Amino acid sequence: MAYALQQLINGLTLGAMYGLIAIGYTMVYGIIGMINFAHGDIFMVSAFIAITAFTLLAAADVTSIPLALTFVLIVAIFFTSAYGWAVERTAYRPLRGSTRLAPLISAIGMSIFLQNAVQLTQGARVKPIPPVIEGGVELWSTPAFTVQIGWTQLLIIVTTVALMIAFTWMITQTAFGRQQRACEQDRGMAALLGVNVDRTISFTFMLGAALAAVAGVMVTVYYGVVDFFIGFLAGIKAFTAAVLGGIGSLPGAMLGGLLIGLIEAFWAAYLWAEYKDVATFGILCLVLMLRPSGLLGRPEVEKV
Amino acid sequence: MMKKTLLATACLALGALSQPALADLAVAIAGPMTGQYASAGDQIRRGAEMAIADINARGGVLGERLRLEVGDDACDPKQAVSVANTMVNRKIVFMHGHWCSSSTIPASEVYNEVDILMATVSTNPQVTERGLDNIFRIMGRDDQQGMVAGQYIAETFKGRKVAVVDDKSAYGKGLADEIAKAMTAAGMSPTLREAITAGEKDYSGLVTKLKAAGVEVIAYGGYHTEVALILRQAQAAGLQLTVMGGDTLTNSELVTAAGPAADNVLFTFSPDPRKNPEAAPVVEKFRAAKIEPEGYVLYAYAAFQLFEQAAKAAGSTDYDALERAMRNGSFNTVIGTLSFDAKGDQKAPGFVVYRWQGGQYDYAR
Repeated sequence: MAYALQQLINGLTLGAMYGLIAIGYTMVYGIIGMINFAHGDIFMVSAFIAITAFTLLAAADVTSIPLALTFVLIVAIFFTSAYGWAVERTAYRPLRGSTRLAPLISAIGMSIFLQNAVQLTQGARVKPIPPVIEGGVELWSTPAFTVQIGWTQLLIIVTTVALMIAFTWMITQTAFGRQQRACEQDRGMAALLGVNVDRTISFTFMLGAALAAVAGVMVTVYYGVVDFFIGFLAGIKAFTAAVLGGIGSLPGAMLGGLLIGLIEAFWAAYLWAEYKDVATFGILCLVLMLRPSGLLGRPEVEKV
Repeated sequence: MMKKTLLATACLALGALSQPALADLAVAIAGPMTGQYASAGDQIRRGAEMAIADINARGGVLGERLRLEVGDDACDPKQAVSVANTMVNRKIVFMHGHWCSSSTIPASEVYNEVDILMATVSTNPQVTERGLDNIFRIMGRDDQQGMVAGQYIAETFKGRKVAVVDDKSAYGKGLADEIAKAMTAAGMSPTLREAITAGEKDYSGLVTKLKAAGVEVIAYGGYHTEVALILRQAQAAGLQLTVMGGDTLTNSELVTAAGPAADNVLFTFSPDPRKNPEAAPVVEKFRAAKIEPEGYVLYAYAAFQLFEQAAKAAGSTDYDALERAMRNGSFNTVIGTLSFDAKGDQKAPGFVVYRWQGGQYDYAR
């Protein structure tokens, strides 16, 4: 039981990070109907920005952890959003209105470009930082096993929940959220009604990148190791999470992320860890067979 | 008419231009120049560049200058085959590579078909077990490596719980299987047998499982990047782990990434070529160029020394003569004297156990 609880904590932490990245996929799909394959690499770039910011802080002798984390978060969100905006502006906007496949290929190109650019400028070696936050709390101690939750794990789960609440509020209550949903439903009509579609799309990309930046900072703090390749697997897993939850649906992305984190943790815990990915994708197949639009996705309505 | 002649002349001129300079002899390295194991590719490239420069300074091989071609397979078997085809088109006479066993195995079939000699450091037994006559291994084999590691574990950690973990790669699984076999033969059965996915960042599931089972030592088949993450996450979960791995853990990136947790890492590797007194001048030269000749650097250097000496002995760079010379000769290189058996395995490989301590590795005990 104690063992299961520990794996639950592991799974939730992992799932929270997948979920944050998945939202970027799902929002972009919702609004322009394309899979932004470069999103995983945007996440990778944000982790590098976080490492750089941490290094700067260490050089400036900043020792207060809350201050350092806030600073790194702000810097990472700012620069990563700029990346998100630039990627959309250069690689996708010029292709808007062409075939459906063109921006998809452009996205794959962007992904390769970002990966190689980071490799060339930052080097192929892994970049480590020493543990930022150490220790945790013991939740439950049995003779056989002690359940503990690290401060970092707690921070990740709490931050993710807080961000989700803020995000839901933004999409449902604010003017931007309304424009965003309008563009999602019908871009042409939204434009006729005075919504600046291009700006809304740009903003969507920046928001997705900002959430990926939070995930990037978390990965840097939690694992302490970053390399130019981390975007690939994280991107695939997050994309799977978005599809599992129903692509286009925000709560779906979060749910999908959590589910994948939990499936991975529990499958590895009780069955064969080597078949973990088989299990994840097997469950994805099953869900898609029974519910083709994902767990929380709405079936696509043919617009006439 | 005039136009046609002009066109033909232009075509001829172009054709002549695209021919490589005739006096150059193309040799090649291939390995993960990009991708997550790029730091190993870096070591190979540095060793090879230095070796080629030195050989050319000595007047080349049989009067011809060597030209180095670099192939990047990113440790991807599919890419390895296309690299091999590119290298065939560039008419190379000798290949040092590939690095990952899973790349070397398919690529060697391509080189075998067109008779190109290769010297590799890949350790999976299958590399030389397929009856190919063009492949020579200047490193030991995983079964020898696994035997040394398995026996060491069974002796040193008697009565403690040991898990065997691999990363599902040809190299990692091969090594882990051999370690497990040797451990069992020495009377110690692994508590757990697990596998992970290389390239992931989260191994907390595995760490929790090890902790629940009371495992203190893991025998690991795989690469250094994952070991660093497992060690860090084990430390965060309050689990003191000792890792025993293979030759890939020579990479100092392990220490940068794992920090002080790397002090518990043991690994098997050929006796340190840097400690070889005959290698001292070359080691000095590398250090003067600000390159620490760790890991595979000196192996790459030695591969081209091997080629140089074999070509000299054969008096030719024709495949048959070169292959015979390599199989029958004995060669003095920076990694010691090399000679090969009928399969192409090095005759006196010998693995020793090393331990990382304070950012340096040295023989354990």
